[in-house]
Amino acid sequence: MSGFARHRRSRRVIANFTGFEADLLRSLASQLVELLRNEAAVPRDDRDSFEAMMDFSGPTTEPEDPVLARLFPTAYPGDDEASAEFRRFTEGTLRDGKAAAAITIIDNLEEAGLPRELDEDGLMIDVELDEPEAESWLRSFTDLRLALATRLGVEEGDEAVWYAMPDDDPRAQAHDIYEWVGYLQETLVEALIDG
Amino acid sequence: MCHDGAVSAASPVEVEPTTTPDEITRLAKPWVTIVWNDPVNLMSYVTYVFQKYFGYSRKKAEKLMLEVHEDGKSVVSSGTREEMERDVQAMHEYGLWATMDRPE
Repeated sequence: MSGFARHRRSRRVIANFTGFEADLLRSLASQLVELLRNEAAVPRDDRDSFEAMMDFSGPTTEPEDPVLARLFPTAYPGDDEASAEFRRFTEGTLRDGKAAAAITIIDNLEEAGLPRELDEDGLMIDVELDEPEAESWLRSFTDLRLALATRLGVEEGDEAVWYAMPDDDPRAQAHDIYEWVGYLQETLVEALIDG
Repeated sequence: MCHDGAVSAASPVEVEPTTTPDEITRLAKPWVTIVWNDPVNLMSYVTYVFQKYFGYSRKKAEKLMLEVHEDGKSVVSSGTREEMERDVQAMHEYGLWATMDRPE
């Protein structure tokens, strides 16, 4: 595994994954899509009921799921009304954009030969991304890392805690995946700057 | 949504004669976008976002990224309320933790 690089001649952003790695990325991206579509993005407020019924534009309250709360932060701390308005006009679009970026990862992996069900050993998946696709992967890696970190409770400078965990601790395994996606993102940023 | 109009040079009649230069500055550039530190986002990625979205030089983007990292937050842009809402939304699109503020 060597992460992302620029192809010298085509200038496309390339990476090779084992079947296992590609399948893992697809699984993470799929879970993110599900989460983004799961908790209903509907307005819920205490206004006049007719007015509320006629308004399909977007949610006004912070999502209950901590991952979604981190992906869609409150824009005006200390001003609930302005925050609700901002959320109503932006959260639906942001959800769609993040879901679309995660779906780009899934589509690119499957176009590169990842089967629906991974059942063979030794499969290698070579992805070749154009600039907009690479940007989508980059943004989605952030969302995936934010999701994993929120679930794990990652904090600033806590590396020693994770490395001290026994290898068979599921949290240590999840943290390894978090770090792996971080490594992929680091190489992808470098490949994009190299453009 | 509230619309705070910036003072336009083309319509001086809107400016009260008693408005001080400081107040004009405050009215013209009243809002800022703040990016907050988080334990997740990579320094290289944050720098990349500031360059890519705001069009800042590598040097300026790195300076702002280091402010976020070391001081916990940084003011990354300023302008009208509408402009800052666009910037905050874009930062959320990139997964950065951004908020709006109107400094006194």
